[in-house]
Amino acid sequence: MTALEKVGAPPTRLGGTALYDWDCLVQEDRAHRLVYTDPAIFEAEMTQIFGGTWTYLAHESEIPNANDFITRRLGLRPLIIVRDAEGKIRALYNRCTHRGTTLCRFDKGNSKSFQCPYHGWNFLNTGRLRGVPWPEGYAADLRDPKYNLAQVARVESYRGFVFGTLNLDALPLTEHLGPIATVIDEWLDRNPGGEVVVCEANRFRFKANWKLAYDNSCDGYHVAYSHRSLLETENRFAGENAKGMAYYRNSPDTQAMYMRYTGHGNHYKDRRPNLEKRPGGLWALESAHPGMEHYEAEFIERYGERAFSLLDLAGSEPVNINVFPNLSLLGNHIQVFEPVSVDETNAVWYGTMIVDDGSIGADGVRDINALRMRTQEGFPNFGEVDDIANFEQIQRGLMAVEDEWVYMHRGLGIPDRVKTNVDGTITAPATDEAFMREHFKEWKRLMQTRANLAIRREP
Amino acid sequence: MNAPKAPTPSQPPDPSRSSYYISDALYGELIAGFTDWQDDTRAVTDVGARDEFRRLIEREARLLDQFRYDDWLAMYLPECVYWAPSTPNAGDPRREIAVMFDDRRRLEDRIYRINTGFAWSQAPQSRTVRLVTNVEVFATATSNVRMLRSNFLISEFWDKETRMLTGWAGHRVVRSGDGWKIAAKQINLLECYQAIRNLSIIL
Ligand code: FES
Ligand SMILES: [Fe+2]
Repeated sequence: MTALEKVGAPPTRLGGTALYDWDCLVQEDRAHRLVYTDPAIFEAEMTQIFGGTWTYLAHESEIPNANDFITRRLGLRPLIIVRDAEGKIRALYNRCTHRGTTLCRFDKGNSKSFQCPYHGWNFLNTGRLRGVPWPEGYAADLRDPKYNLAQVARVESYRGFVFGTLNLDALPLTEHLGPIATVIDEWLDRNPGGEVVVCEANRFRFKANWKLAYDNSCDGYHVAYSHRSLLETENRFAGENAKGMAYYRNSPDTQAMYMRYTGHGNHYKDRRPNLEKRPGGLWALESAHPGMEHYEAEFIERYGERAFSLLDLAGSEPVNINVFPNLSLLGNHIQVFEPVSVDETNAVWYGTMIVDDGSIGADGVRDINALRMRTQEGFPNFGEVDDIANFEQIQRGLMAVEDEWVYMHRGLGIPDRVKTNVDGTITAPATDEAFMREHFKEWKRLMQTRANLAIRREP
Repeated sequence: MNAPKAPTPSQPPDPSRSSYYISDALYGELIAGFTDWQDDTRAVTDVGARDEFRRLIEREARLLDQFRYDDWLAMYLPECVYWAPSTPNAGDPRREIAVMFDDRRRLEDRIYRINTGFAWSQAPQSRTVRLVTNVEVFATATSNVRMLRSNFLISEFWDKETRMLTGWAGHRVVRSGDGWKIAAKQINLLECYQAIRNLSIIL
C-alpha cells in the first residue's frame, strides 16, 4: 500500500527584511528545497553569509611581494586583493567610485595603482583616489573620502589564510575559528617550516547551489558509493594493501575516524586515527601516481631511512577541514567554493607545494613537489568529477516542487551516537550528518540576524 | 608498497604497472621540447609528410569519439605522457598543478574507471565529436622526432546538453618501425586557468 500525501501550501515569502520564517525552512532533521533553489534566498546569502561572517578570500602566498594583487570575489562582490607598498593586505572593491566599472580585469599581477578603463580615474592600491582626467571640470572636492575605493571592512589572516568580513560584530578571526584553528595548525605543521605555497588549481564550475558542495565537505556517508569507481580504480592492483579511502568500504562507523563540529559552521573529518602513525604511513596509502616508483627508488638511494618521511610530504593528509562558508582543506588542497548564482558554483582546488626551510635542500623539495603535484591531481580527476555530477543532479531533483524536504538526520536520535564534548564541540561517527545539521543552524542564525555590516574607505 | 620490483636490464619495467620513466630529467626535457614550434624555420612544408601526420591526428580524434581506447592507446609509445597544463604558457608541472598530467598507467586508470560502470559523471558516457584542424609539422634537433601542432574543438553531449571544449594540442611523435608513435601530447585548453564545466571525458 502506498500512502497519499496531500500537497500543502509552500512556505511563503514574508514582507520586509525577514524574507521567510527560517525555523520553518530549516528544521532539526531536514532543510526545505527552497534554501537551494530560491534566488531571493541566494541574494540574501550574498550579504548575510558572504560578508556577514568571516569568509575565506585568498592565501598570502598568492600575493607574496609588495604591490602584488589577485582578483577574487566576496559573494558576488568583485574584489582586488592587494598587498600594498607597506605590506598591508587589503580587499579593495573592484568597482570604480565614478560610475561602477571594474578597475582590473586581470587574474593577478603587480601594480601600485589601478586606472579605470572607462574615464581614467586612477586609484592607488591603498584604495585612495590619486587623480582624474581634467579635474577642473568638478566643482566637488575629489579629496572627499567617498571617492576612495570601498574596502572590505575587516581583513585578517590566520597563518597565511586571508579572511574578510563586513560584520563589525564578528569575533576576531582567531576567536571565530576557535578549535578548528588547532586542526589547521596541525595541517600546516607537518610541512617544512609549517608553511605551504599555492601553486595553480583544478577549477570546476557546476550547475548547482554552493551549499551542496559545503554539505558534502564532511560527508563520510557518500564515499563508498559516490566514489566507487575511484576506489575500484585505485585498488585495481592493490591486493591486500588497500589504497586511498578503501577503509570506507567496511563499516566506517565503527572505525577510529570521526567528525567533529567546532562551532560557527566549521567542522572537520579526521581520518588520521585510522592510520598507523609511522614514517611512510601516508605514502603507503597512496594509490598509483605518475613517477612514484622512480622517485621512491631515488629517495631511498639519496636519503636512506629518511626517504619515507619525505615521501609522506607528497602523500595526502587524511583530514577534511571545513571553514564555513567557503573553505575546505582536504588532503593537501585548499578548496574554495565560489557562488556564481543560485544554481551555479565554482569549486577551485588550489594545489599546495612545500617550501625549502633548509631541512631538505632544493633538489629534495623540487622532487617532493613534483610528486605532490601528481598526487593532488588524482582526486579532482577521478573523484570530484562524480561529486559534481551528483551536486548537479540534486539541483535537478529539487525542481520537484511538491517533494519539499532534504533530510540530514543520519545519526539523529540514536542514544550515545552524537556526543557533545566539554568544550562544546560535537563528535559523531564518520558517516553522520551531524556536521550538516550544525552548519545549517549557523546558516539559519546568520540568515535570521540583521548583521552590523560596514565597508571602509581610506580617509 | 605493492609496486613491482625495480627494473633490471633483463626485465624492463612495464609502464602499465609501474612508473619509472617520469623523472626530473623527463620533466625538464618535456618543457624544453614543447617549444619547437616557436621556430618557423623548422616547419615541414612537404605535403606528403604533413598529410601523414594530419591523418594520425584525425585518427586519434576518431578513435576517442568511438571509445576505441585500446586502439587509441596503441598509437602511443609504452612510456608516454598526456599533459593538460592549467596555465596558458604551460608552466612547469613540477611546481604547478595541471588539469591533468598522466603517464601510461594513469591513462589506463581513466579507461578502467569509466569501465567500472560506477563513474557517475560518465554514466551514461558522454558522446563527443572532435574537430581537428590547422595541423602543422615541425622538425626537431633529432631526425626521428617531429612536433605537431593542431587546433581542436570537442563537442561533448551529456545529459541533454552539448558543450564545447576548445584549444590547441601539441604532439611529440617518434619514428617507430615504419610508422610514428606519440610520445607525448600537450593539451592546451583555452580556459585551462578558469573554472571549466565538469571535465570527465578523456580529453
Ligand atoms: S567609471 Fe571609472 S572613471 Fe568613469
Ligand atoms: Fe566526494
